[in-house]
Amino acid sequence: MSSRRAALTWAFFALLALAAVAPMLTGMARFPQWLEIVLGGLMTGVLYSLVALGLVLIFKASGVFNFAQGAMVLFAALALVRLMEKLPFVVALVVVLAIMVALAWLVERLVLRPLVNQEGIVLFMATLGVAYFLDGFGQLTMGSDVYTLDVGMPKEPKILFEKTFEGGILVNTEDLIAALIAAVLVAALALFFQKTATGRALRAVADDHQAAQSIGIPLNRIWVIVWSVAGLVALVAGVVWGSKLGVQFSLQQVALKALPVVILGGFTSIPGAIIGGLIIGLGEKLSEVYVGPLFGGGIENWFAYVLALVFLLFRPEGLFGERHIDRV
Amino acid sequence: MSFDEARLAVAVRALGEPILALEGVSLAFGGVKALSDVSFDVREHEIRAIIGPNGAGKSSLLNVINGVYRPNAGTITFRGERHHHMEPRRSAERGIARTFQSLALFKGMTVLENILAGRNLLMKSSLFAQALRIGPALKEEIAHRKRVEEIIDFLEIQHVRKTPVGRLPYGLQKRVDLGRALAAEPRVLLLDEPMAGMNVEEKQDMSRFILDVNDEFGTTIVLIEHDMGVVMDLSDRVVVLDYGRKIADGTPDEVRSSQAVIDAYLGVKH
Repeated sequence: MSSRRAALTWAFFALLALAAVAPMLTGMARFPQWLEIVLGGLMTGVLYSLVALGLVLIFKASGVFNFAQGAMVLFAALALVRLMEKLPFVVALVVVLAIMVALAWLVERLVLRPLVNQEGIVLFMATLGVAYFLDGFGQLTMGSDVYTLDVGMPKEPKILFEKTFEGGILVNTEDLIAALIAAVLVAALALFFQKTATGRALRAVADDHQAAQSIGIPLNRIWVIVWSVAGLVALVAGVVWGSKLGVQFSLQQVALKALPVVILGGFTSIPGAIIGGLIIGLGEKLSEVYVGPLFGGGIENWFAYVLALVFLLFRPEGLFGERHIDRV
Repeated sequence: MSFDEARLAVAVRALGEPILALEGVSLAFGGVKALSDVSFDVREHEIRAIIGPNGAGKSSLLNVINGVYRPNAGTITFRGERHHHMEPRRSAERGIARTFQSLALFKGMTVLENILAGRNLLMKSSLFAQALRIGPALKEEIAHRKRVEEIIDFLEIQHVRKTPVGRLPYGLQKRVDLGRALAAEPRVLLLDEPMAGMNVEEKQDMSRFILDVNDEFGTTIVLIEHDMGVVMDLSDRVVVLDYGRKIADGTPDEVRSSQAVIDAYLGVKH
């Protein structure tokens, strides 16, 4: 990264930090209230990161933008909630995980393999097909009602720092646990990618298909692994979002929020997906509370997309993405 | 070992039995014939060059040998086994490694990681053990790292071992490419224009590495190269292709004096 680009990145972060603390500096907010919003925003952001992570994983390893990631989240959550009617949670979880691995295998066999070496747009269209298939198949076999997913997460909010501040800070326990789960998952993935030969093989495939093949890395198996990992991430996101919002069709709209996250963070960067998610989560909550009233509220729903638009105009590769330079 | 000593060692060393043989290999992309009825063999421990004008089918030939392309006809015999086509993974497992004409390194990874990735097929411990660095996995990792460090020393790239390869100058990237192929401890090394785009000094360095690899590890080398001087100096035997056909095969001296080769390179009135 050139020093000018690095300086721009840091300037962006500085501006962001300034914007985040502005409400306090201007005296609009009291510290505990502000902290409450910041924490809430960060925890929502982690959940966006979860979905974005699935997108980045597949994009890195196969150059495919997986439109079906949202459908995978819904499908996993739906399968889990229906299986839990008959099986204990842990058993159901393992079965759904097996289903997601089987799905990855099928996608590789029936979609990716016949389309190998096709244009990116063709593969993208194919994942669109996978998304519709999963929607239809899921609702056909498992019903289209709204289901409550109760995995035993405590619902009642907690009050922290009661001694330090007057009234303390209200934190949603469910969000806190979800954020912890996401953090563990991200750490495990980082370990897997950085420290194992398979992780190295995945990164190798992401960088260069042909060279990876020449050192004996089997592309087909790598794709199955990557889609399986994306399936696992979808399952975790499904559990967390499902228990928060209920398992229903609109769950896949959550995946739409992952799009601005990857635009912000960069399509090829795992840290980018995480930090992008945090920025969007934080940004939409803070702007809703402090800027929202100027527009009559409702900012939370479009803030992410406007931020993404700004990035597309000025920094299309995102904060951490690889810059695309064509040789002329 | 100096350049000249290495040269001498190659000259006196006897060539082994054929390790790789192509018979009647033809390859077509739709109506375009990339290779027509090409046959030649590569003996163990030799440096075998493939030369020819642009578009003669040299890279296609390498891609047939390591299984990226499936020939339409002919057979490939490698280490006594006859195949109608090779598979990339199986050829890697059986001991064929390659470098690339246009660099195909893992740009986001460091020099160390790139070369370590080359040992992919030699790694045996389970995923879980690797992630946690426990027991035999740790021992294995250390052994692999030791071997990788030796290769890094050999190629004289110690000073950049932790640098992401995308940031290295071109000549060093070419060395990393060679290092990654060497890391697999191959029986046969396919080099696709290892000196393309290099200056004289870099070419000399690369020539020395190629000779040293051949000499110290006994690795058989199949080499595509445009620089005639380099080819004539390095190789034991040379295959010449033109429009996908083999037009000459023999020692550098034989090839140099072949009328067909002179015609192919200088052009001839039809």
